[in-house]
Amino acid sequence: MSPATRVMEAVDETQAVKRPAFEVIYDWVTTVDHKKIGIMYIVYALIFLVIGGVEAILMRIQLAVPNNHFVSPQVFNQLFTMHGTTMIFFMAMPILFGFGNYLVPLMIGARDMAFPRLNAFSFWVSAFGGFLLYFSYLGGSGLYAAGSAPDVGWFAYAPLTAKVFSPGHSTDYWTLAVLLSGIGSIGTALNTVTTILCMRCRGMKLTKMPLLPWLYLVMSGMVFIAVSPLTAAQIMLMLDRYVGSHFFDTQAGGSAVLWMHYFWIFGHPEVYILILPTFAFMNEIIPVFSRKAIFGYPAMVAASVGIGFISLGVWAHHMFAVGMGPAGNTFFVFATMVISVPTGIKIFNWLATIWGGKVIFSLPMMFAIGFLFQFLIAGLTGIMLSAAPFDWQLTGSYFVVAHFHYVIVGGIIFSLFAAFYYWYPKATGRMLNTTLGKWHFWLFLIGFHLTFDFMHIPGILGMPRRIYTYEASRGWGTWNFIIGVGAIFQAIAVIIFAYNLVRSYFKGDIAGHDPWDAWTLEWATPSPPPVYNFAHDPTVNSRRPLWDLKHPEEPDSDFE
Amino acid sequence: MTTASTIPISTESEAPWQLPYRGTVGMVCLIIAEAAIFAIFFVSYIFYIGKSLSGPTPREVLELPIFGTICLLSSSITVHWAVAALRKDNIRSCALGLASTVLLGGIFMVSTAEEWYHLIYEKGLTIRTNLFGTTYYSLVGLHATHVIVGLILLSIALFTALTGRIKEEHSEKLEVVSLYWHFVDAIWVGVFLVVYVIGR
Ligand code: HEM
Ligand SMILES: [Cu+2]
Repeated sequence: MSPATRVMEAVDETQAVKRPAFEVIYDWVTTVDHKKIGIMYIVYALIFLVIGGVEAILMRIQLAVPNNHFVSPQVFNQLFTMHGTTMIFFMAMPILFGFGNYLVPLMIGARDMAFPRLNAFSFWVSAFGGFLLYFSYLGGSGLYAAGSAPDVGWFAYAPLTAKVFSPGHSTDYWTLAVLLSGIGSIGTALNTVTTILCMRCRGMKLTKMPLLPWLYLVMSGMVFIAVSPLTAAQIMLMLDRYVGSHFFDTQAGGSAVLWMHYFWIFGHPEVYILILPTFAFMNEIIPVFSRKAIFGYPAMVAASVGIGFISLGVWAHHMFAVGMGPAGNTFFVFATMVISVPTGIKIFNWLATIWGGKVIFSLPMMFAIGFLFQFLIAGLTGIMLSAAPFDWQLTGSYFVVAHFHYVIVGGIIFSLFAAFYYWYPKATGRMLNTTLGKWHFWLFLIGFHLTFDFMHIPGILGMPRRIYTYEASRGWGTWNFIIGVGAIFQAIAVIIFAYNLVRSYFKGDIAGHDPWDAWTLEWATPSPPPVYNFAHDPTVNSRRPLWDLKHPEEPDSDFE
Repeated sequence: MTTASTIPISTESEAPWQLPYRGTVGMVCLIIAEAAIFAIFFVSYIFYIGKSLSGPTPREVLELPIFGTICLLSSSITVHWAVAALRKDNIRSCALGLASTVLLGGIFMVSTAEEWYHLIYEKGLTIRTNLFGTTYYSLVGLHATHVIVGLILLSIALFTALTGRIKEEHSEKLEVVSLYWHFVDAIWVGVFLVVYVIGR
């Protein structure tokens, strides 16, 4: 059964007439098109990436030398709270949802998401949450007392958040912002699941679906089970603060450990909610630039589902130091270690895909390889931390900070950059500049390793997290200076990247509809794709429909 | 300027291509997310049973809400009737089913309101009184909020039925609403067990 093809003509509307700015803005604000919403998510997340990055640089400047008084202890507390909250809820989550919004309907051959208006609603709710968080700088205790931003840490442990310890409204801003981001995430996840289950084009059985929608399916399922508890916990915290209930009020018999459980029931799966989409990018990028079909498709799906399930049951490895008793500790140690099995399967499958392939070292592929290395190292320090006695020594030290930044920056951010270089041509019709891209890659890679490799050392030497300065006699000074230099390198790299994004939009090489000679459906549309994506609903017979088109003599559909 | 591209489409006639109804899938997702929220409130309730530092205790103030429970649970049956009637294009029985559902749900809400009145004004139990008050009002209140949302949805459906705008082809949509209503009922079974049976 060879699929017939038809050439689609699409007039590029943007060239037609120049419209007044107001109309353009109105169009974006009221849009329900999944591609525009996806791009808005990404732009808004990039803005918060810059804000969170500035906060990180400020903290690193403060810590670069001993006995520094660049910022006050209060400001330092606010910085790490805002940095963590911003990066997790208003950078990482929205940017991944943005990519999902953009790519999922295109890759499954649908014309839009299942509920376009809910999609716009979810976006605006979570964007509003982000603005609200930063409004706290103005509104906390009035415009003139500027700087009453939240300072309770991104985990907001009880009873620090109780009215007595956290007077004023800074914590209220935090809890409302997180609540709104949670509602937005649940809405988008619901939309994603429904889109994938109900809108696939003819012939795309679940077994023939590309891996990216598969992983977004698992990830969205996890959002229901992990983000909802956080939402519930935020409601309880708000009740405590506004109407005087006692959920986390230790004075009235309430429990602070209960909050920890609720937070980490969300917090741990959250890291897998973030990592699954980045796995999804890898699953698309690595095969295309190895010129080979992904190795072990069924195993990849099974491993993702496995990761989803196991990660829901290991949250308390963040609480070894609380004292859960030997039974609790043992359970969570082993449950945590089990996760490395499906994760290992994934890494082996990627290596097997590269192995023997004709590897093309394009920019997306370079970032992908950086991802593989760094994710592996992060997994190894993760296994170390999952041993309770080891964790007792190092929890609350910079070792843990180094570990999770290895995952988040070395894994998630690297794969996001790979995804930008890979899909930017599709979204804008222009290629990103390769020279600037290489500068970005090398500076960021070097900066990353300077910062986070060396951060393990002061951790082992006993430097605690969340201190605003330290004595010179401790011997942590040199290490912190190197860490700071690395942070500056990364900042410069991100500036180059941002410049590249803007410049290439106007001056980049024209991409054409399929610059990478790829295989999935999004590359069958013009770049950028028109409203409603496909003029004719596509039909697929295999996981690589465009391969079948380009190679009618040996289509995948004969083998699967 | 035009850009050309190719998409695979099929000319041959193919096997039928059927996908689930998106309203149903969306509602199932919503129910999973909501169930997780309720689970956290249930855990809090169970965790804090008997941990209040002061009175009143559940045993002193709570009575079994048998009548309200019977009304709410039977409304699951009437909403089921309404959907079944609509599928057979019987608009009048559908409206009747919806009306009885709204009525039964309304009675349940009245019984909850009475219970709260009794607790607040006669027994002096508020959300601030102790851990029991905190967990009781938040769990029961969360459920009551869901009942109210359900009643609004059902009333809209009833209104369209009475004005003759509901048709057989809307039965899938009504079924989505009924799915939500069944969920609200199922949660009540949990609340009943935890608050009024185990908690006493
Ligand atoms: C996949 C992405 C991952 C991310 C984004 C991530 C992120 C994090 C974060 C944010 C923390 C900090 C907790 C705190 O503030 O106290 C943390 C701690 C921890 N991580 Fe990961 N992690 C990931 C993978 C892993 C893996 C693969 C393992 C083990 C196999 C692991 C084991 C741990 C343990 C045991 C802790 C507790 C450390 C402590 O609280 O002292 N993580 N991780
Ligand atoms: Cu964890």
